[in-house]
Amino acid sequence: MSASAVHSLWTMAADPIDKIDAPKIEYGQLSPMLIVIGAAVIGVLIEAFVPRKTRYHVQLFVSVVALVAAFAAVVGLAARGFGTTKAHIAAMGAIAVDGPALFLQGTILLAGLVAIFTFAERRLDPEAHGNRVDSFAAQAGSVPGSEGERAATKAGFTTTEVFPLALFAIGGMLVFPAANDLLTLFIALEVFSLPLYLLCALARRKRLMSQEAAVKYFLLGAFASAFTLFGIALLYGYAGSVSYATIANVVEGNVKTIDPALADTMGNDALLLIGVAMVVMGLLFKVGAVPFHMWTPDVYQGAPTPVTGFMAAATKVAAFGALLRLLYVVLPGLRWDWRPVMWGVAIVTMLVGAIVAITQTDIKRLLAYSSIAHAGFILAGVIATTPDGVSSVLFYLAAYSFVTIGAFAVVTLVRDAGGEATHLSKWAGLGRRSPLVAAVFAVFLLAFAGIPLTSGFTGKFAVFKAAADGGAGALVVIGVLSSAIAAFFYIRVIVLMFFSEPKADGPTVAVPSPLTMTAIGVGVAVTLVLGVAPQYFLDLAGQAGVFVR
Amino acid sequence: MENLIALLVAAPLLGAAVLLCGGRALDRVGHWLGTLLAAASFVFAVVLFTDMLGKGAEERTLSQHLFSWIPVEGFQADVAFQLDQLSMTFVLLISGVGTLIHVYSIGYMEHDERRRRFFGYLNLFLAAMLLLVLADNYLLLYVGWEGVGLASYLLIGFWQHKPSAATAAKKAFLVNRVGDVGLSIAIMLMFTTFGTFAFGPVLEATGQTSEGKLTAIGLMLLLAACGKSAQVPLQSWLGDAMEGPTPVSALIHAATMVTAGVYLIVRSGAIFNGAPDAQLVVTIVGAVTLLFGAIVGCAKDDIKKALAGSTMSQIGYMILAAGLGPIGYVFAIMHLVTHGFFKAGLFLGAGSVMHGMNDEVNMRKYGGLRKYMPVTFVTFGLGYLAIIGFPGLSGFFSKDKIIEAAFAKGGAEGWILGSVALLGAAITAYYMTRVMIMTFFGEERWRHRATASPAQPSAEPAAQTEGAHDEPHPHESPKSMTIPMIVLAFGSVFAGGFFSIGDRFTHWLEPVTHHDHGDSPLSAATVTGATMVVLVIGVALAYVQYGRRPVPVTAPRGSLLTRAARRDLLQDDFNHVVLVRGGEHLTRSLVYVDHSLVDGVVNGTAASMGGLSGRLRKLQNGYARSYAVSMFGGAAVLIAATLLMRAV
Repeated sequence: MSASAVHSLWTMAADPIDKIDAPKIEYGQLSPMLIVIGAAVIGVLIEAFVPRKTRYHVQLFVSVVALVAAFAAVVGLAARGFGTTKAHIAAMGAIAVDGPALFLQGTILLAGLVAIFTFAERRLDPEAHGNRVDSFAAQAGSVPGSEGERAATKAGFTTTEVFPLALFAIGGMLVFPAANDLLTLFIALEVFSLPLYLLCALARRKRLMSQEAAVKYFLLGAFASAFTLFGIALLYGYAGSVSYATIANVVEGNVKTIDPALADTMGNDALLLIGVAMVVMGLLFKVGAVPFHMWTPDVYQGAPTPVTGFMAAATKVAAFGALLRLLYVVLPGLRWDWRPVMWGVAIVTMLVGAIVAITQTDIKRLLAYSSIAHAGFILAGVIATTPDGVSSVLFYLAAYSFVTIGAFAVVTLVRDAGGEATHLSKWAGLGRRSPLVAAVFAVFLLAFAGIPLTSGFTGKFAVFKAAADGGAGALVVIGVLSSAIAAFFYIRVIVLMFFSEPKADGPTVAVPSPLTMTAIGVGVAVTLVLGVAPQYFLDLAGQAGVFVR
Repeated sequence: MENLIALLVAAPLLGAAVLLCGGRALDRVGHWLGTLLAAASFVFAVVLFTDMLGKGAEERTLSQHLFSWIPVEGFQADVAFQLDQLSMTFVLLISGVGTLIHVYSIGYMEHDERRRRFFGYLNLFLAAMLLLVLADNYLLLYVGWEGVGLASYLLIGFWQHKPSAATAAKKAFLVNRVGDVGLSIAIMLMFTTFGTFAFGPVLEATGQTSEGKLTAIGLMLLLAACGKSAQVPLQSWLGDAMEGPTPVSALIHAATMVTAGVYLIVRSGAIFNGAPDAQLVVTIVGAVTLLFGAIVGCAKDDIKKALAGSTMSQIGYMILAAGLGPIGYVFAIMHLVTHGFFKAGLFLGAGSVMHGMNDEVNMRKYGGLRKYMPVTFVTFGLGYLAIIGFPGLSGFFSKDKIIEAAFAKGGAEGWILGSVALLGAAITAYYMTRVMIMTFFGEERWRHRATASPAQPSAEPAAQTEGAHDEPHPHESPKSMTIPMIVLAFGSVFAGGFFSIGDRFTHWLEPVTHHDHGDSPLSAATVTGATMVVLVIGVALAYVQYGRRPVPVTAPRGSLLTRAARRDLLQDDFNHVVLVRGGEHLTRSLVYVDHSLVDGVVNGTAASMGGLSGRLRKLQNGYARSYAVSMFGGAAVLIAATLLMRAV
């Protein structure tokens, strides 16, 4: 049915243009995205009309309500069977409403909700001029260290724009894995990337570093987007359509009619292969796969830590979702071409991420390289090209995102006079001073390392099993070896925290508000539940493992 | 009726749990509770026994399925019990003798402040031992097997403040480990061969299995039996195990646990029947141990160690009989039961002597005690007559039958085994007479001690209660100790005759173990006559050596054989040279390999990873332009690779 809808789209051009049918929009099925983006728009209006004093509370309220409502909408859609039997392509072929889309949207919404809590934390920094401050700059436009900045701080300004920005980003991320044509994919990419570039620049402390990170991220992101867009153009040239289903049909040789306008290019395999490589490259940039990973450590380190956590978790979920859909829906007929290439990418990603992390001395950079290694592990599941591969990746993403947000939330707590104490040497002996915080962080590290009874083990086991069943045994061997290397630096941090003497001028652990505590608590709970009793969630991911086409 | 079976195990298990978890509140009543639950188990056993007697021979087997332990596809492990005539015999022996020894311990351990814990361990032992003989499959048997091992370890080392006791416990534990590995391998072999552990299916399927596999399983079972029953070459722990309190020696290291190996072999009879080679090895092990234990028993001056040597030797008889196949199974078990009576009685007697003698264990410092402890003397004497095989007493019937069965094996093997068994009977008569004379007859050597003797390595701590006098005041033990001895003496006297009249015991066990008369080259009367002759020679020799001449208080140097026997025929020296030294060399070379090769590889890998990491890290130079170049190059490689894949 989607194919016919799409067919009608591009044959319509030949018809006289005197009657245009109103597009059929299934508002109910699109409600999660509509709610979040609508709330983001409301957030902008709040910035414009609500008095500065109350903006923080109103924005937080709107964001939380919107995310909860959107999640409820996702659950409702899943309950009505859209995840399995009634999977459907909505909005004239632009948005897929199927199992993977709903599962990933649910994950993004929950991760986004937890991340919003960390955004809203205002008790970690000491009060500035009697005003509580969060992690974000008082006024984004002021020059760091200038008189203007001091004035803004003194006036008690806060950048409450972060809430609508985050909502826009989440909205884009919701569309990204559900996008069912290349243009929607690209729009979604930009919708969630642009707010993230901004958010990266907003750190209250170390603002220069933060702005540098944002500029790097923006430049490289734009560079990657250009590749993606060019690849989309090539694919359109190849298939005469941007719709996933149509491209897939052309790839598989099911479409024989050739659009006269594209007679020169249609069916040209060089266009297909180059186009695929370029689109995939854009997605690999977003997931932080080697060699498109270079931005990750710098940006993760420079961005405000709550934003880092949000990015590391939600971006990865959205981007892997889009990659899965592209490879499984558009390119299954081409898998003998892309699988070897992705093999190579997965291997170098796992190895580089794990090896370079060994010599890191900053906890945020360490976690950045760890996220690169994890991208490699997830790619191993992507390469499986089986339904198990899809569901294992879904499970891994859900497990990983909560661990990540939790871990970065813990990073925000460990502070000294200069803000967060991210240098590893300052974490020495943390376990003696603040056993609870250190223990929680140890749980997250063990989950990253994939130790049994944590979600990390279940996820890693699932993707490696899927990869092995999918015929990628060698990849699994390298994956396990990389895990062993990675375990070294995770465990080293634990050793540092618990078995080293605390330094005299060591950092203090701030007592957070219930917001951050919730974020960390949810992280620990999800980590342990998915590690100890993962079956329900594995089943859920298993049911959600089929794409609609 | 079936439901009672679980209660047999449950009662002592409950006792162990309550006593060990109960804390000091139970110190006052703990021993009574433990004894009561042991007695309850015995009562259940008697009820089940009377029920069993009321049924026909073929309908006597009861079974009870408690729950599925490990229900996995293709691997079914159940907690289920099977009570047939063989297990019934053991259950009565274990719970009966066990209860008596609980009663005895009330008196014996009266002054020990950890008495509650002692009874907890005893109950734990009973539960594990009953589980061992009641299990209907080898895996559950293994649980009981390990359980008795644990209880044995805990009880040998009960006086853990004595380094010798702690060492002995560890030694018993380690040596048993070797045997336990044999059992676990046997069970794994069974699973791969038969696909199950249950006695029924395994033993039925032996007919369709190759002899090689049966021999392998049989030899592994024998290894297990050697460990638990202190047979050569795993015999070395039993002598040291006498460091435990005497009731423990009587119950675990004489009457019950050490006979578990015999049970295992008889229970697995079908496997051994199909593997003559394994059977031959079993008989050889039995024959060697029979002589080994007897010779060691001749040279020991420590009364408990002499008895321990005797135990080893008597179990050698049982193993020998069990190795004879259907000719000997019944007699192995019959000797096991009669031995359970008289050896437990002898140990309790020894404990009673020690109790009255300030915990002195050196027989050279006894002498003439019959006047001071008449009950102990009579009961010990009856046990003595039973073990040497005095006509009409228990040992006479059971041991004589084993000697007959050994001859009935036929051929050269039969002659050799029969002769060894006869020789063993002579030595048994010799060393037991020696123990008897040195303890109860002759001059009162304990009277003339010049100074307080240096502390004996095995001196038991209850000694302090007697006060540190130079001279002991031998006295009869309290009723709680003498009554169990009297009961056991009755068993020593009458059990053998009761079993043998009309071949009662043979008919009782036959449905389980089957029986075969064999084809003896000698008539029963000839064998009995020969046994009597060697018995008289043995007793006479000992009388001449120890009864007619005064016994020196310090042991003479003795012949080479005597000195070797005092050192347990150099068993520990052998183990030290072969196993300990060999093991040390092995570990040293392994450590060397570990340090040089393994660590080298590991550290090398770590160092190279670190170096690689440091170099890769330099690529991350912070310049966006470099990053962009990297991305561009990556994209180029990606595209090229994709195109290349199509090209090849």
